[in-house]
Amino acid sequence: MPQHLIALPILLPLVGALGLLLAGKASDTTHRRISVALTVALLVISLLLLKRAAGGELAFYALGNWEAPFGIVLMLDRLSALMLTLTATLALGCVLFACAGDDTRGSHFHGLFQLQLVGLNGAFLTGDLFNLFVFFEILLLASYALLMHGGGKARIAAGLHYVILNVAGSALFLVALGVLYGATGTLNMADMARRIAAMSGDQAALVTAGALLLIVVFSLKAALLPLYFWLPRTYASAPAPVAALFAIMTKVGLYAILRVQSLIFVDSPAAAAIEAWLWWSGLATIVLAAVGVLAARDLRPLIAYLVLVSVGTLLAGTALGTPAATTALLYYLPHTTLICGALFLIAELLGQQRGKAGTRLVRARRLHQRFLLGGLFLVAAVGVAGLPPLAGSLGKLLLMQATEGSARLWLWPLLLLAGLCALIAMSRAGSVFFWASYKGEVATGKVSRAQLAGVVWLLASAPVLVAFGGPISAYTQATAQQLADPQQPIVQLFGEPSAAQAATFHEINGEAP
Amino acid sequence: MEALFSLVVGVLTASGIYLLLRGRTFPVIIGLAMLGYAVNLFLFSTGGLNTHAAAVIGESLTPTDPLPQALVLTAIVIGFAMTAFVVILAIRARSELGSDHVDGQQGEEGDAR
Repeated sequence: MPQHLIALPILLPLVGALGLLLAGKASDTTHRRISVALTVALLVISLLLLKRAAGGELAFYALGNWEAPFGIVLMLDRLSALMLTLTATLALGCVLFACAGDDTRGSHFHGLFQLQLVGLNGAFLTGDLFNLFVFFEILLLASYALLMHGGGKARIAAGLHYVILNVAGSALFLVALGVLYGATGTLNMADMARRIAAMSGDQAALVTAGALLLIVVFSLKAALLPLYFWLPRTYASAPAPVAALFAIMTKVGLYAILRVQSLIFVDSPAAAAIEAWLWWSGLATIVLAAVGVLAARDLRPLIAYLVLVSVGTLLAGTALGTPAATTALLYYLPHTTLICGALFLIAELLGQQRGKAGTRLVRARRLHQRFLLGGLFLVAAVGVAGLPPLAGSLGKLLLMQATEGSARLWLWPLLLLAGLCALIAMSRAGSVFFWASYKGEVATGKVSRAQLAGVVWLLASAPVLVAFGGPISAYTQATAQQLADPQQPIVQLFGEPSAAQAATFHEINGEAP
Repeated sequence: MEALFSLVVGVLTASGIYLLLRGRTFPVIIGLAMLGYAVNLFLFSTGGLNTHAAAVIGESLTPTDPLPQALVLTAIVIGFAMTAFVVILAIRARSELGSDHVDGQQGEEGDAR
């Protein structure tokens, strides 16, 4: 059993999704119970895997017992275990929130939700590039349907852009995979890294082209500067629990960039180009997103731009490429993901008590439960702006410490100014929502217990990340060290490369068309 | 053969991208389909273009690489599902938004009719 545990984060939601889709006739309560139980089980499995990975062991699982590089392998290291746990934590909050009634506004919410988790977990676990493409498609297909859940003009219009962009992105992904396969003759990530290291001349140029194409595709998913224009509208129009889950979607792109950059292309000529591209685009994303945060006239796009600020910060951190920077960004990542998810949920709660005004930043009637909502909003605002005592400030501090030399001149002011913009925008939004109101209040849209549970679950992450800051940053530091040693997975999968073997690879590469 | 093959892939990609940038949903969908064809052909060629090479190992001394065929098959299935989804979505958008423009608005400035 223990060796099969790695496949469970993919299999369990997959079986659950099929069961939920087939049991379409069962009552809503049954669906909710099954879905919550599945998500809790997923969280438990993720925590077990996290414990296992924390020991520093790299675990491989050959699907169908086909040996790498011929079969597909799942790979569990500290980074994937961290991402799995983060996904399950976020998903539990979203599914609890959805149980309050959002799930019955369209059909098959819970089935699609579990299918989305299949795609996310698969993308985090796979050690094969083509398999990564397949899991990307699964998570995208589920996200298309979830985005349109409940229907409505805004969702259809935003959905059309989102779907067309991502289908075009998938085509580009396939081109990149084709180029890389043509140049290296393998799709296994570790095997590809091994072959690229022994490559020169024309083949290396092809690999560079393929690597940069891959980064473009992942930047589209991660919403980096020239490719982020789809995000604010899409996230703003998605149903609240779905928008909250989408907070992890940009991080899938980030994870993919981190993975291919640290494992496959670390020593290739493409590495320098990738880093330069990520650095400047990341910084520009922070600037434009900060402007967007200030300019937003509605809370939902405002939060979407806050997601973009965090994307820019994380990708600029990735470009630094040092273990210290990776430590910092992996500490910052869970915090920003969970807080942005919680903010989308809070926006929904605010909207349902303000009647027609919704989440627009205009005067409206007084909120019915203003103290409860105000408290939640305050915690989330402090968290997202990166103020002490919550984890956002620690994450940013770690990242600022990790930058060296001239990089400081760029990152420090931008990071601090973006935090200031977030603070100004959130204070303005808060004062409009809670103070600039008319006398009469509507007693509708009371916060239900399930909704409150979802929001509190996500918000609780911020103090927890501070309270356990020591062990967590030790874990992310160990993760960064593991990522900095790409030889480890290669050696474990294929054994020590002897000189003779290396020569044969070279020969194979030379012959490869 | 290589020149002809790459020409075909190139022309398909170029037409696909041109159509993808149009303002109405129908040309966009055709563009996506063409881009899909181009990508599938390209993937197919990544194992190397051979003539008289059997697809199955054992039938000939120089078998073709079977992996790109498997990849293309996967890509075709996924592309097929995506195209079907986009078509339905475009029809839904046409009926809900009252326009077949990708932005859901008719007659904007610079709009190619």
